Amino acid sequence: MTDAGPFRLAAGGRLIDRAYPLSFRFDDRELRGVRGDTLASALLANGQLVMGRSFKYHRPRGPLAAGVEEPNALLGLGEGAYFEPNQRATTTRLVAGMVATSQNCWPGLGFDLGAVNGWLSRFLPAGFYYKTFIHPRPFWKHLFEPLIRRSAGLGKAPTEGDGDRYEQAYDHVDLVVVGGGVAGLAAALDQARQGKSVTVLEQAPHWGGRTPTDHPDGQARIDGLLRDLKALPNVRLRRNCMATGLYDHGYLIAREGLADHEPSAGLPRQRLWRIRAGHVVTATGALERPLSFAGNDVPGVMLASAVRDYIVDYGVAPGRRILVVTNNDDAYRSALAALDAGLEVAAVVDARMNPTGALVETLKRRGVRILPASAIAGIRGGHRIEAVKLCSYVGAGRVFETLAVDCVAMSGGWSPVVHLWSHCGGKLNWDQQGAMFIPDPARPPTGADGAAMVTPVGAAAGDLLVAKATGAAAEQALMPVWVMPMNASRGMKAKMWLDFQNDVKLSDVELAAQEGYESVEHTKRYTTLGMATDQGKVSNINGLAALSAALKQPIPQTGTTTFRPPYTPLTFGTIAAEARGDLFQPLRKTPLHGWHEARGAHWEPVGHWRRPYCYPQPGESHAEAVAREVRAVRGGVGTLDASTLGKIIVKGPDAGRFLDMIYTGMMSTLPVGKCRYGLICNENGFLIDDGVAARLAEDTWLVHTTTGGAERIHAHLEDWLQCEWWDWQVWTANVTEQWAQIAVVGSQARNLLERLGGMDLSSDALPFMGWAEGTIAGIPARVYRISFSGELSFEIAVPAGRGLELWERLHEAGADLGVTAYGTEAMHVMRAEKGFIMIGDETDGTVIPQDLGLGWAISRKKPDYIGKRAQDRSFMAAPERWQLVGLESTDGRVLPDGAYAVAPGVNGNGQRNMQGRVTSTYLSPTLDRPIAMGLVLRGPERMGEILEFPGDGAVSYRARIVDPVFYDKEGVRTHG
Amino acid sequence: MLTLTCPCCGITADETELHPGGEAHLKRVGPGSSAEAFETYLFARSNPKGVHFERWRHAYGCGKWFLAARCTATLEVFGTYLAQNAAPPPEILAAIRARRPDWTPTAIAPRDPEPAERPNE
Repeated sequence: MTDAGPFRLAAGGRLIDRAYPLSFRFDDRELRGVRGDTLASALLANGQLVMGRSFKYHRPRGPLAAGVEEPNALLGLGEGAYFEPNQRATTTRLVAGMVATSQNCWPGLGFDLGAVNGWLSRFLPAGFYYKTFIHPRPFWKHLFEPLIRRSAGLGKAPTEGDGDRYEQAYDHVDLVVVGGGVAGLAAALDQARQGKSVTVLEQAPHWGGRTPTDHPDGQARIDGLLRDLKALPNVRLRRNCMATGLYDHGYLIAREGLADHEPSAGLPRQRLWRIRAGHVVTATGALERPLSFAGNDVPGVMLASAVRDYIVDYGVAPGRRILVVTNNDDAYRSALAALDAGLEVAAVVDARMNPTGALVETLKRRGVRILPASAIAGIRGGHRIEAVKLCSYVGAGRVFETLAVDCVAMSGGWSPVVHLWSHCGGKLNWDQQGAMFIPDPARPPTGADGAAMVTPVGAAAGDLLVAKATGAAAEQALMPVWVMPMNASRGMKAKMWLDFQNDVKLSDVELAAQEGYESVEHTKRYTTLGMATDQGKVSNINGLAALSAALKQPIPQTGTTTFRPPYTPLTFGTIAAEARGDLFQPLRKTPLHGWHEARGAHWEPVGHWRRPYCYPQPGESHAEAVAREVRAVRGGVGTLDASTLGKIIVKGPDAGRFLDMIYTGMMSTLPVGKCRYGLICNENGFLIDDGVAARLAEDTWLVHTTTGGAERIHAHLEDWLQCEWWDWQVWTANVTEQWAQIAVVGSQARNLLERLGGMDLSSDALPFMGWAEGTIAGIPARVYRISFSGELSFEIAVPAGRGLELWERLHEAGADLGVTAYGTEAMHVMRAEKGFIMIGDETDGTVIPQDLGLGWAISRKKPDYIGKRAQDRSFMAAPERWQLVGLESTDGRVLPDGAYAVAPGVNGNGQRNMQGRVTSTYLSPTLDRPIAMGLVLRGPERMGEILEFPGDGAVSYRARIVDPVFYDKEGVRTHG
Repeated sequence: MLTLTCPCCGITADETELHPGGEAHLKRVGPGSSAEAFETYLFARSNPKGVHFERWRHAYGCGKWFLAARCTATLEVFGTYLAQNAAPPPEILAAIRARRPDWTPTAIAPRDPEPAERPNE
């Protein structure tokens, strides 16, 4: 034997290159494979048959398959930031230096304490979670759930961020062929020759699918097709590319492996393709089904196709003495491959009464024992098969012979891979002859044009032999076998695995049926059949056949569970790709962003913007910084970067009429040069935004929105303009980013601005709620005399490019005045001191302006506005609503934000009745005491009442209902 | 992920470029309408398995709202047309009937019991 392992065959292995040995580590063992190996083939070559432990009973498991359908051989790969759990050894290409670890076992793979669950299996039947552990409740939370979570499950989640890089790409193509086997390549060539742009996606690193393995001249046929395809300029061939899901209108997602498990390759690990396909051909082949006999999960029992894959493709002996058990002709190919490789074939156990045909005769000629009408009664062995007990298929399992073998190749027939066909609505028919579901061409998934967007070909369409392309001779029909032997006892069925990964046995499905589960979807969830990461690729058909038998109904009547993408698991890294960290989403920066950053601003995310929350000085807490900023504004002058405020131009002959519909108040009567506060509601009557509108010209208004509302309100205006009042002559433009806007606030605001020189800002020239245009410090400016703080306040809009200049001039000229930059939190505190509402604090999508005491901003003269009719609905107009009040803490503690005020009694769910909640709450630096606003049932009628707000634990807060305006009730400061 | 062709700019756009706006051809009712009429306008939406008329905005494109007639069961798109149509235009109806001969246009029958007056007109 070579140094590539004791089970490496002396010759053969069409995919490996023995000249390139690769060393790798599995748990504590240093092992060697060769280039072209999968991790599974390399482990098998080293005699490492047990590769995992089962989910529930911790039974030792070896590989069942050699491809994507593998349920057992799941390993953790890589280390640290490159660690990834639950990787299928059968599809993982061996890479030099690879580190693989077994999972779901403790203390180790060979001896696993969790295997005690197997002894308890009769106490862990289907639905045991639901039956056993739900009561008493605290036991579930503190005892059973942690216990089950530790003992069940697969790999461990990585503890570090993914160190790999991923990328995404887009493609538009006439035709995508999924599957690079003989049927797919033939279809691609046919379509490409008609001039279509064609992309062929093959999940494996090599072309040809099963054909080179299964047919003597298969490789030559594949090579011929590839040569012709490569000669065509309109064909693209992608290997290592798994089509994981097909979505609406031919949207196909595929994952291309570029440098899997090779972090040092200098390439992105994977590329996610988002392909818009004109048409999709699924040449996805078929997957072999296991047979349900007692002990079918013992390591060494494999799918017959996998046995010959390991022999023919990788030159690895899955065992030295092999027994084939089948209900069809195809498995005889595995016996032949074993013989050709010099391995012993103990017997072919065929459930059929009279197997005949070319393959059967060939084997007979080569002296292999064929046992017709026979079955396996049981397997002896734990970590590896020691012997197989044989019985008659028709019967209850009386053993007539025991054969010493170390490998069983089983085949229960084949199931076409119909996943992509089904993802987007394609329907299936039950094919009695092949005992399989195949796509129904009359009920395909349809595209935008209503025509079929998928065409299945080859084995995926039920043509398992693909005789036209492979030249394979006809074979004898298979005989459906769903349980072996036919009249197996309950005890035997409790050892027949349907779903290997989730440990679901035939007895579990029968129990579910017995307990009344009839829908296949319910049975799936009750037993967890097909719910593991393999999505039941090998188990689904056997499972629903078992359910059908238990329900005594035909299989098509039971139907299949829903096929959902992805076909094989997709790592989150590929889905996210470059959209992580700083690139997760775009960041919007105001023209003053750099200045704030340089002053150590603590940022608050507002939409995609970053706004300074406060500017903490060295040694200062955020709360201290906010308090300092508030006092500076109240005591002198401060500046706020208000550039993020939404600014929308509304212009046209019908602009006034339009805004009268948008706002609850009257905007058409606003004189040019004036500003007006306005409320915007939706058609449900609920307040969705507020802000100051300014009339810039006879036909032009500037609508200010909240920072987060600019895009939303602009879209709202456009919706009504385009879809309802489309014949009105109005145009809108969102100019938010064209302007830098700086609020200069405080009793010294005018003094500061006058120092910069320019336009007349006196009360006569620019009264409260007026605006004027001119220059300040030589910069063209529009100044709005509006206030969100209750102080004398000017909001100065200048072209975005000159915002920083103005801001710096203000801070130079106002140094001796103590001019202070303040952030959003100081702004929030000051507006709350004045009882001004904040969209998103005092509103939550269920609040109408009338709830907030804003009736003064609603026009009674207008016949209509958006939301008016809704505000007349009986429960909107009723007095039994939660309405805005101020809340004064009775003991000097700040009320918790969002706290609810309780009322006497309990509701139907036994919860305390509620009568209000806190919407804004702060420690006011100006008043040096807590202030709060809230919505309280009939609140304004209940001034002076004391409410109770339960806090965390036993602590309750108490607060008195007061007027929401806490500071400068007369409003003298605003007028400076 | 659907693709729809914007009738304003002609671009066939992915669903990620579009913003959905719910059922098309609703008739606004305002002040003075009955509680039943207003409730219907605000809340009653048809949810057919089959032919459906929808509002979409080419939000990350030309910004225009448009309407689409499509089948919710098969995702077939019968056509898109301008938002200013109060009812599906004849060519859209013809396209639907060509593909769904048995279809009866219940979904586009006005469901508001009383005609609403245009405000400010």
